[in-house]
Amino acid sequence: MSELKFEECLARLEQIVAALESGNLPLEESLKVFEEGVALARHCGRYLEDAERRIEMLAKDDAGALTTRPFAAPADEEL
Amino acid sequence: MPGERAVLTVSGLTERLKALVEDKFPIVWVEGEISNFKIYSSGHGYFTLKDANAQIRAVLFRNRARRIRFEPGDGLHVLAMGSVEVYPQRGEYQLVVELLEPRGLGALQLAFEQLKARLSAEGLFDPARKRALPRYPRTIGIVTSPSGAAIRDMLRVIGRRFGELHIVLAPCRVQGDGAADEVAQGIRDLNALGDVDVILVGRGGGSLEDLWAFNEEAVARAIVASKAPVISAVGHEVDVTIADFVADLRAPTPSAAAELVVREKQAIVEAVADLDHRLHRAIGHRLEHERRRMAALADRRVLTDPARPLRDLHRRVDHARARLARAIEALVRRAAHRVELATAGLRSASPRARLGHDRHRHERLEARLRLELARVVGGGRHRLHVVAGRLDSLSPLAVLGRGYSLTRAADGTIVRSARQVREGDDVKVLLQQGELDCRVNATREPNERA
Repeated sequence: MSELKFEECLARLEQIVAALESGNLPLEESLKVFEEGVALARHCGRYLEDAERRIEMLAKDDAGALTTRPFAAPADEEL
Repeated sequence: MPGERAVLTVSGLTERLKALVEDKFPIVWVEGEISNFKIYSSGHGYFTLKDANAQIRAVLFRNRARRIRFEPGDGLHVLAMGSVEVYPQRGEYQLVVELLEPRGLGALQLAFEQLKARLSAEGLFDPARKRALPRYPRTIGIVTSPSGAAIRDMLRVIGRRFGELHIVLAPCRVQGDGAADEVAQGIRDLNALGDVDVILVGRGGGSLEDLWAFNEEAVARAIVASKAPVISAVGHEVDVTIADFVADLRAPTPSAAAELVVREKQAIVEAVADLDHRLHRAIGHRLEHERRRMAALADRRVLTDPARPLRDLHRRVDHARARLARAIEALVRRAAHRVELATAGLRSASPRARLGHDRHRHERLEARLRLELARVVGGGRHRLHVVAGRLDSLSPLAVLGRGYSLTRAADGTIVRSARQVREGDDVKVLLQQGELDCRVNATREPNERA
């Protein structure tokens, strides 16, 4: 899911929550959008939390193309 | 004597002057105001340095010009260091500038002010140009030294606060010659990599010279050209660089920049969690509301007694039917009554009926008469009885018994006055016992008493 898609998901989720909170939807419609909202919330949460923690450093290969390789943070000996 | 005169050629004189001047002023510091500054395509700069009473031509060769951080310009008061050189071909001397320092402000300070003014005039500091930070950063680019304090501080903050971020470091030198170009290249590389949501550019604290790369135009231009929003994080809070002015956001320190990024991320994670919570709460409320409504409905007749509406309908139909029947009945009855009345009228109007009727009446009257008669006779008899007693006491015969008599005329009328009879009339006098036939001898009025 791209950020744009994520943004759309979140906007839709916000819309659903607002609609449900207004209490103006018919019951059947409420249950339908609730289901949609649950799926969206799960989607959004996964998007945010699935990004694994990864620290890399840019490098250039022999041909000068950009690559990345793992980066270890400098030691904190001064701290 | 002409032979004794030492005659110099122009060249000779110039050579001697050149030697004299250049020996005398190999290095000189001279203070003045720049005017007529021009840079030629060769990269060399030419200008005049002057004060109130004099001027001297000056040249700033390309290789020296590059080292000067500010831009020499007309009206600028400077301290120039260089040597005085004479150009025999043109009969001129000029100051060959090795170093140019602005008077008043330091050179770096001046350079800073100049670049700031120029970029500002271009509109690069315009708040409208600044992009918002990504609301949902996942990949963070960092342009700094891989061994500096900045990367260590940033990773520590990110690790402590919120780990789930992909970090790509573009390693570069952050001070010294060429550092600015490396920083600018790092920004471009991260953009080229794509998929970087935000770029942090910076370094830890240091002197103005140490931070200088971030005051250079190359860095400013790279930041302006970056597709991803850029957060500048140079030195300490008090250090303000050109990079800070063009960046989309200035963080006071590298740690603060990392905080900003993770805070955004944390905020959005919390926002999603909040939406999820509100979503469930809203549907919970809704369902509870529906349950209550249902309970309220269940208490109503229509649900406790589903046949009720049908029965009501039946009842209404029955009611209507009954009313109809009654109406018809009444109608019939009224009609029957009218027929009856008419029939009765007819019957009573017929002679036979009348005869019967009359006979009946007659009989009734007769009976009443008889009854009445009996009553009257009965009553009369009784009254007679009573009256007979009274009559007895009042009977003139009884009065006669007390010696009185009763005189009647011939026609039988009782004579109460002498005027009722005349002389010679026959009268009968009734006594208690017997009767006398008498003749009137004389009549006398009461006042004529004898």
